[in-house]
Amino acid sequence: MSSNKFNQEIISKTEKTFFQKLVSEQSFWVSIALLGICFVMFFVEDAFSSKDNLFNITRNFSFIGIMAIGMTFVIITAGIDLSVGSIMGVTGVICGLFLDAQYLPEWYSKAAYFEGVYVWVAIFLALLAGVIVGAVNGYLIAYLKLSPFVVTLGMMAIARSLALVVSNNKMFYEFGPKDEMFYEIGGGSILGVANATWLLILLTIVMGLVLKFTSYGRHVYAVGSNKKAAELSGINTRWIEMSVYMISGLFAAISAVMIVGWMGSVTNALGYTYELRVIAATVIGGANLMGGVGGTFGAFIGAALMETIRNSLLMAGIDPYWQGTFLGLFIVGAVWLEKVKNKKN
Amino acid sequence: MTILSLKNIEKNFGAIQALTGVSFDINEAETVGLMGDNGAGKSTLLKIIAGNFKPSSGEIVFENNEVDFEKPIDARKSGIEVVYQDLALCNHLTAASNVFLGREIQKGVWPFKYLDYPAMFKKSAELFEELKSETRPKDLVMQMSGGQRQAVAIARTRLTDPKLVLMDEPTAAISVRQVAEVLDLIKRLKDQGIAVLLISHRMPDIFEVCEKLVVLRRGEKVCEKKIKDSSTEEATGLITGAIDRI
Repeated sequence: MSSNKFNQEIISKTEKTFFQKLVSEQSFWVSIALLGICFVMFFVEDAFSSKDNLFNITRNFSFIGIMAIGMTFVIITAGIDLSVGSIMGVTGVICGLFLDAQYLPEWYSKAAYFEGVYVWVAIFLALLAGVIVGAVNGYLIAYLKLSPFVVTLGMMAIARSLALVVSNNKMFYEFGPKDEMFYEIGGGSILGVANATWLLILLTIVMGLVLKFTSYGRHVYAVGSNKKAAELSGINTRWIEMSVYMISGLFAAISAVMIVGWMGSVTNALGYTYELRVIAATVIGGANLMGGVGGTFGAFIGAALMETIRNSLLMAGIDPYWQGTFLGLFIVGAVWLEKVKNKKN
Repeated sequence: MTILSLKNIEKNFGAIQALTGVSFDINEAETVGLMGDNGAGKSTLLKIIAGNFKPSSGEIVFENNEVDFEKPIDARKSGIEVVYQDLALCNHLTAASNVFLGREIQKGVWPFKYLDYPAMFKKSAELFEELKSETRPKDLVMQMSGGQRQAVAIARTRLTDPKLVLMDEPTAAISVRQVAEVLDLIKRLKDQGIAVLLISHRMPDIFEVCEKLVVLRRGEKVCEKKIKDSSTEEATGLITGAIDRI
């Protein structure tokens, strides 16, 4: 009996209190910063807090945020995926190609246009393509032991060129008889919040639970923290490593489908340089490029902060040419912060 | 009863002969101390038993079956647990997560299986208590002292019911007070019928807990005898080569 009591006491004790833990989380400070900016902008600029502007901001960062969730899994394993922007491009184009069936054989449009099945076919094929491209990345990295940086840099060029090949440098904007349905998925809203934002919230929660409450999630952290230890524990580290790139590819494709639905058209330039913004969001949210640290809420809040700052700068009348400079400064700043924090520990 | 029997184990890495014809037995619940200078082949031998390397030739018999481990996990499934020198822990995970790494307690039905944290915290707290360690299950390994990390690594081996535990320098990086604790743990493993192969540089450790002494020098076994028939002077002589072999 006394031993039981002893156990309970020990279990409830931790090195840090809840508050100390919270304060040591980068995503907590980013949330504070975000609230601070919103607070200031609320008073400085009336247009900022208008319903339309808030709707735009949340929708805009949702596309980046969804990709950043996939990127979080990759970065936790100490990897990097530079190809997400290009994956978005090629999957978006594939989606457009199968929606705008005029370039495909006639039997396809005859069969698929029936009852709007073609919309789901197009979405499914786009997501499948994302998973396949991710699987190629993952296989080369996990099984052939090539460097993630080089493999995904190569894939960045390959996928972008495939987007050109598939689209034949055409723009797809005729999405067939059920186009309204497709526009609604990506561009619609529920209760005044964009569908993309709802999807981001849903994925943040679901993937957050996966990381925290499944053995798969624990193994993702273990691989990033100490791959050798994970391997000695009998974890299939190669599969874990490969699978995170598949998740990243899938999430880039999900984001592509949503953004194509919202914009109502797609070209092969879709997602160009998005990898920068996605990595920035992930790192600003607290994921550590050295592996073992990160979370989906961080990806969410990192994407939100970047978009809010971008929007605020525009409203403040700062030349948009400066945006890249701010983006770059944020990436470097986030990594520097991490370094300072580690030194303290 | 013999639990592990090594017969003429040889290992070479290219031109380097790491082990030459090493044979000895470990009995049930027996604690065997493996000594030798740096490069004598102690760790190589341990890694062969643990399934990290395959021997170039020779035979390993475990529980009367000839075994041929492809991976460490095969050895573990047969009932051989290892505490590695560098401990093989994940810094960013909690003590409990490390203890259960690769064999987490889960609830629910696939694909809705989720981790049963309360059960894992409880079980690891029990294990730490058994080790009389002050390690707390929810703490990150990153924040821990050498002794606590050791406790986590040792607690892992107690999750299953191993027949043999291999320990590579378990007392190398911890405080004096905790050395006594680790040695107590080794004795407790013996009480529970678990055999231990202990590699250590610290002569007093071996002489306190082990029953049998095996000394390697340049990949060859130069001594195998009961601790009670030996002495630290003799062991030192065997390790350095002042005494050729017994």
